[in-house]
Amino acid sequence: MGLLLLLPLLIPFVTAALALLTWRRRRIQRALALAGSIGLLVSALVLLLVVWRGGIQVVQVGNWPAPFGITFVADLFSAIMTVLGGIIAVAVVIFSHASVDSRRERFGYYPLLLFLMMGISGSFLTGDIFNLYVWFEVMLMSSFVLVALGNERAQLEGALKYVTINLVSSAIFLTAVGVLYSVSGTLNMAQLSVQLSQSRQPELITVVAMLFLIAFGIKAALFPLFFWLPASYPVAPVAITALFAGLLTKVGVYALIRVFTLLFTQDIGFTHALLLLIGALTMVTGVLGAAAQNEFRRILSTHIISQIGYMVMGLALFTPLALAGAIFFLIHNIIVKANLFLVSGAVYQLQGSFHLKKLGGLYRSHVGLSLLFLISAMSLAGLPPLSGFWAKFLLIRASLEVNQPVIAFVALGVSLLTLFSMTKIWAEVFWKNRPETAPAPKPLSTSVRLQLLLPVAGLSCLIVGIGLLAEPIFILSSQAASQLLSPAEYVTAVLGGTP
Amino acid sequence: MTIVLAFLVGGLYAGGLYMMMRRSIVKLIMGLILLSYATTLLIFTVGGLTRAAPPIVPAGVSEPPVPFADPVPQALILTAIVISFGVLAFAVVLIEQTHRSVGTDDSNNLRGIEGEL
Repeated sequence: MGLLLLLPLLIPFVTAALALLTWRRRRIQRALALAGSIGLLVSALVLLLVVWRGGIQVVQVGNWPAPFGITFVADLFSAIMTVLGGIIAVAVVIFSHASVDSRRERFGYYPLLLFLMMGISGSFLTGDIFNLYVWFEVMLMSSFVLVALGNERAQLEGALKYVTINLVSSAIFLTAVGVLYSVSGTLNMAQLSVQLSQSRQPELITVVAMLFLIAFGIKAALFPLFFWLPASYPVAPVAITALFAGLLTKVGVYALIRVFTLLFTQDIGFTHALLLLIGALTMVTGVLGAAAQNEFRRILSTHIISQIGYMVMGLALFTPLALAGAIFFLIHNIIVKANLFLVSGAVYQLQGSFHLKKLGGLYRSHVGLSLLFLISAMSLAGLPPLSGFWAKFLLIRASLEVNQPVIAFVALGVSLLTLFSMTKIWAEVFWKNRPETAPAPKPLSTSVRLQLLLPVAGLSCLIVGIGLLAEPIFILSSQAASQLLSPAEYVTAVLGGTP
Repeated sequence: MTIVLAFLVGGLYAGGLYMMMRRSIVKLIMGLILLSYATTLLIFTVGGLTRAAPPIVPAGVSEPPVPFADPVPQALILTAIVISFGVLAFAVVLIEQTHRSVGTDDSNNLRGIEGEL
């Protein structure tokens, strides 16, 4: 049983180590990366099934009983996130085969990708706040190198900003962990949950909560801490940008949801009201920023920010329905966002540019790709019956149930502006005639075309699937949300017996 | 002693952030280094300063005599130092490469992807 929980960490780790041993053997590394990501996905799915059937799963590493050792915990929310990580990893690895140049592949692209996946799974599954910091660093270190790999000028500049802001965020995170340890005397999240709820210094805990909000807010790109994202995400190879866009900011959101449901629930009137305000501002600034952009990847990158706002809104409303909505939104957004970036990468492979002015006419030459883009784009904007519609519907309904019509109005307005941005891309890249100066689409070999199309088509199927089979996903999300809202279950599972 | 360390930590945070606001990317790295020192010292200080009382359990007893120094913050610091060493080493190489390819250490000249338009 214990091994199953650790497999999402061990599989990427072992395959990454093997890929390091086969340095410069591209073929073997590719196969290992594919095997590692598929293994991750399968083990995560099995884990989700086990958690669904048997409740929260716990492993005490080295058999040290909690709270002395490091604990790994999988509740439904962690398991869902790990599955999503696996899905995106598989799609990105297949896409990388066709889109990443051989120079990057020779310099350790695949091992880094696998280490990144290990860091992400670790962050989702750990039950120890300091261990969370360590997994964040594993993840960041690989992502630093992946952003800079290739040594292009824009990449180095973007990487410098990305590294700096993340190191500041890590320093704040570590500071917060230190202060938290001094007020509670523990690092185990389950015990922290118990200690903090009985604390006699609620003011100090709110201060620590704010430190965590800033640290995770930088990673998740919340208002007003999002400025680094549009400057650094688009510089990397598009497969990497897709992985970052799909997963890295969402790890920040995951951490926010985890600490603000499990640990910091003493002063909901203040913390969650602040989160609601931040969520609204994040949505609005993100979508307005995107409307001003004219580069495929930059439009999508800026949209990441506005979508983060929706998830924070779900957390801030703090009702079962709202949290279920936030989790549904995470499921939907991770897939859609990664898919949109993959489409932009496929367009780049065809026409050699990301600038809307230099693109055009793809609907005439590539109907299939255009329709796949349209599915993702309309889902992002929230058109029924696609996945985005249900996610937004849940959130807006939740906000109306607790009499917060303003946030519902903001969410709807932002949706409309998202639709505007997406139609702008559609009109410029796919619908309008190809500009005189633009080259004709390059003919691609069948295997390249297959490797580009397969992940995009697969993710698009998932998007349509989530839209058509919304009910099972909704039941899963609301189960996960109810687990999040009753920390007692988590605490008992980790500490055992009476907490 | 705690007061002195508190001011030292505050000074390091302030100095680190100030250095990061400067335009030179070399000073940016200095700022990051100061910031990581500040964090390490902060964990050390908030963990409680207990002198000459190692947490060693005498034979026949199940707990060390109070007061004893808490070993956990020191384990955290050790981990944090190792991680920040690796990360900062990477950052130094990164600014070196950036300096080589951009030809300036003024962060105002770093325009990233917009530079390509």
